[in-house]
Amino acid sequence: MRYLPLTADDRAAMLGVIGAASVDDLFADVPVPARLPGPLDLPAHQGEWEVEKAFRALAAKSLSPGEVPSFLGAGAYRHHIPASVDHLIQRSEFLTSYTPYQPEIAQGTLQHLFEFQTQVAMLTGMEVANASMYDGATACAEAVLMAKRQTRRPRAILSGGLHPHYRDCTRTMAGFVDHGVETLPLDLDGTEDLVAQLGKDVACVVVQYPDVLGRVRDLTALAEAVHAAGALLIVAVTEIVSLGALQPPGAMGADIVVAEGQSLGVPLSFGGPYVGLFATREKFLRQMPGRLCGETVDADGRRGYVLTLSAREQHIRREKATSNICTNAGLCALAFSIHLSLLGEAGYVRLAQINHGKAVQAADRLAAIPGVSLVNQGFFNEFTLKLPKDATLVVEALAKKRILAGVPGARLWPEDPQAANLLLVAVTELNDDGDVDALVAALAAEVK
Amino acid sequence: MLNRQGRATQPAAVPVTGPGADATFAGDAGSILGHRGLDHEERLIFEMGEEGRSGVDLPEPPKVESRLGGLARQGRIGLPGLAEPQVVRHFVRLSRRNYAIDLGLYPLGSCTMKHNPRLNEKMARLPGLGDVHPLQPQSTVQGALELIERLAGWIMTLTGMPAVAMSPAAGAHGELCGLMAIHAAHVAKGDARKRVLVPESAHGTNPATAALCGYTVDPIPATADGRIDLEAFRAKLGPDVAAVMLTNPNTCGLFERDVIAVAEGIHSVGGYFYCDGANFNAIVGRVRPGDLGIDAMHLNLHKTFSTPHGGGGPGSGPVVFSDALKDFAPLPFVRREGDAFRLVEDPREAPKSFGRMKGFHGQMGMFIRALAYMMSHGGDGLRQVAEDAVLAANYVMASLKDVMTPSFDGPCMHEALFDDRFLKDTGVTTLDFAKAMIDQGFHPMTMYFPLVVHGALLIEPTETESKDSIDGFVAVLRGLAEQAIACRGGQGDPAAFTEAPRLAPRRRLDETRAARTPVLRWKQPA
Repeated sequence: MRYLPLTADDRAAMLGVIGAASVDDLFADVPVPARLPGPLDLPAHQGEWEVEKAFRALAAKSLSPGEVPSFLGAGAYRHHIPASVDHLIQRSEFLTSYTPYQPEIAQGTLQHLFEFQTQVAMLTGMEVANASMYDGATACAEAVLMAKRQTRRPRAILSGGLHPHYRDCTRTMAGFVDHGVETLPLDLDGTEDLVAQLGKDVACVVVQYPDVLGRVRDLTALAEAVHAAGALLIVAVTEIVSLGALQPPGAMGADIVVAEGQSLGVPLSFGGPYVGLFATREKFLRQMPGRLCGETVDADGRRGYVLTLSAREQHIRREKATSNICTNAGLCALAFSIHLSLLGEAGYVRLAQINHGKAVQAADRLAAIPGVSLVNQGFFNEFTLKLPKDATLVVEALAKKRILAGVPGARLWPEDPQAANLLLVAVTELNDDGDVDALVAALAAEVK
Repeated sequence: MLNRQGRATQPAAVPVTGPGADATFAGDAGSILGHRGLDHEERLIFEMGEEGRSGVDLPEPPKVESRLGGLARQGRIGLPGLAEPQVVRHFVRLSRRNYAIDLGLYPLGSCTMKHNPRLNEKMARLPGLGDVHPLQPQSTVQGALELIERLAGWIMTLTGMPAVAMSPAAGAHGELCGLMAIHAAHVAKGDARKRVLVPESAHGTNPATAALCGYTVDPIPATADGRIDLEAFRAKLGPDVAAVMLTNPNTCGLFERDVIAVAEGIHSVGGYFYCDGANFNAIVGRVRPGDLGIDAMHLNLHKTFSTPHGGGGPGSGPVVFSDALKDFAPLPFVRREGDAFRLVEDPREAPKSFGRMKGFHGQMGMFIRALAYMMSHGGDGLRQVAEDAVLAANYVMASLKDVMTPSFDGPCMHEALFDDRFLKDTGVTTLDFAKAMIDQGFHPMTMYFPLVVHGALLIEPTETESKDSIDGFVAVLRGLAEQAIACRGGQGDPAAFTEAPRLAPRRRLDETRAARTPVLRWKQPA
């Protein structure tokens, strides 16, 4: 077996040193009825090309958005990933290292985390960021838990404009603490009144920016009202490229910003692994979840980096920790950082402008189709169309024509009839005019 | 002052540098920029580059009227601008300051640093698997759904359990999944319980997870032979106990001989048995957790099934469930319907499910790698994996037991636990001993964990080390142990330990300073 270096002679010699007659002796503590006598009923080992053949057969059964016009978004976005990103994250020293518990021989990972934290803080307009969470949705749940700890209040109010996966994860994971996660319904006409929900027992208000339908809204007044009520404003961002064009949440008064970082450096990969971003104000530092990397000096006075403030974490504080998170999204965070480093300020801003410009052009053409209307006026690179018929059927029909038209509302709000005709359309730099031509023509024909 | 290797042992003459200071390289005497041969000092990326430059060529944005609702970003973000060669060099230089399993034996106990096959990386990048969107129409992702179902089949066969939840993102997330299902099952019976029993040797994630679910954590002591104290466990049982969380094999590297009695005990009071499967690599193919009476257990695909640790993730932590708990498993999940595969996402189709716990469907990229690993090994090879891992750990134990102090008698499983009795009166601590390993070219073992022995040194060699590699590692540890023992009574050279490492890119870092005055990001110098 190609991954197992020990030979039969090695094994015999090692057993001799141990003083065991056979390897079975080493499993003597296993209760007799639980000992498996031989291999389980599973296929036998295979060589590389046999395994590869099986995977290629599976891969051939799926339609990759890279092959066809695709307008899928709703929390996962297909952007160009520069070739050097994937090359660099496959460096053995990054790919095959562990969490940097031994800082003297993990400065590569640690310096990267310090740079990552800085990048995340810069993009979100916040003061500090952690070394990553699993994804945007779980980061959102952690933010709500943190707000409850910080304010010692029970209730969390989730806007109806929050991605349903974020809403549901938060309800699941943060629901055990005081059972106070309240969710508002999908709000199509934009009349949701979050301020009316505030009260002395409210820990936090959670909004998405741009929201799940793509709407952009100034959060400044909301932040002021939330703060006046003694609560925290949590802002979730599912498309991190948007912050190259938009005011950062930090500039509008957000207390915690959580985001999905997938758009930079991380492939779609059918939904994971992605990278959760988590940023906040320095004054809330001690309640933050997750790992933090900090600057210090070594015994020779040279600048270096270590994991720090671990008194918040599970391996030290056990049941009193701020979170149970251990392994996070290190390598995806690295891909994020490399991609953003390649873009730089000018590239990141321009990438956002291209996304916005293409989305504006596409939105205007799609909204001109008879019977089709644009739900939101303001948006970044994703907007919502109202179709004259069931959007799920339209999406299925267009998929048969090898066009991935977007995400139908019913996929996100299966229980809400007002979502049935909604189609969420995302446009990125990878969509060319031909893609939009194809979508416009096919959609027009389908809704005629 | 220079040591025997010709490197400075005193703080260098160049003053300590703060963030953003120009003289970043307080290097060794004689090195103008701080570089030493192939070891390059590297500034923060924010200290390089120029405004306006980019490593990505992008076309002109379309000329449109902004629809940003008056919220266009104002002012600079602060990101540096670099060309591709600069960025590539920056990250390659950083990479060279990391230890890695590809560089050498990585004996971190409980972390399972085994070889990460590159075939798995290649498979994860096939466009039909790696470049598919999670919300495509399901008719267009049948291959991806079939892969998840196929992996679930392997996991259920290997564990002997009837169901598996695939969405948890890592081990701790899997623990949360298991405890939330247990919580939901008790609530469904109208019997929400308060207490979870957790052995003192458990990973910190166990009590942290139980607390997150609103439970009180009740610790169970260990016996003198490193296992759960069955009498103490039984004494703590009662009608308010929701579950026991037992790691098996445990964090001392030992199989819990009384595991079946633990299962019977917890079930006798109506509680559930959560097993932390972080150490499943020791028993895969030899023992099925389903035969031990457990109700829920997570698997770390990034440990047992070789998906890379990536410097701290991503992981993947599927959770297997017994019949008693499977209806409470999270959404979404894949269901086979004839020849087709369907992702069940609507809560109305799984009314007992505790709900969603992750965006989208799980760590697909890790699923691909883990399945490629399983298929490469086959049922036969996976059994050999466990046997070789256990053999390697016992070989390390046997080869060191006369110079270091094993904590417990008898064979271990996949990891060998030592404590610091052999360092008594030497002036050398477990930490010093571990840091001296760095100068010998090895990553240290897990230190000071588990907490049930003093100054723990937990060594997990894994099955992917050759005998030659293990012999080299053993030779180093024997040499260091003898050198440390020679320091007893004020003799020998304790500085070789207390000042280690001397040959790494950095010497010991001031962790107190990092925590007292946290500097968590770069800032533009004033």
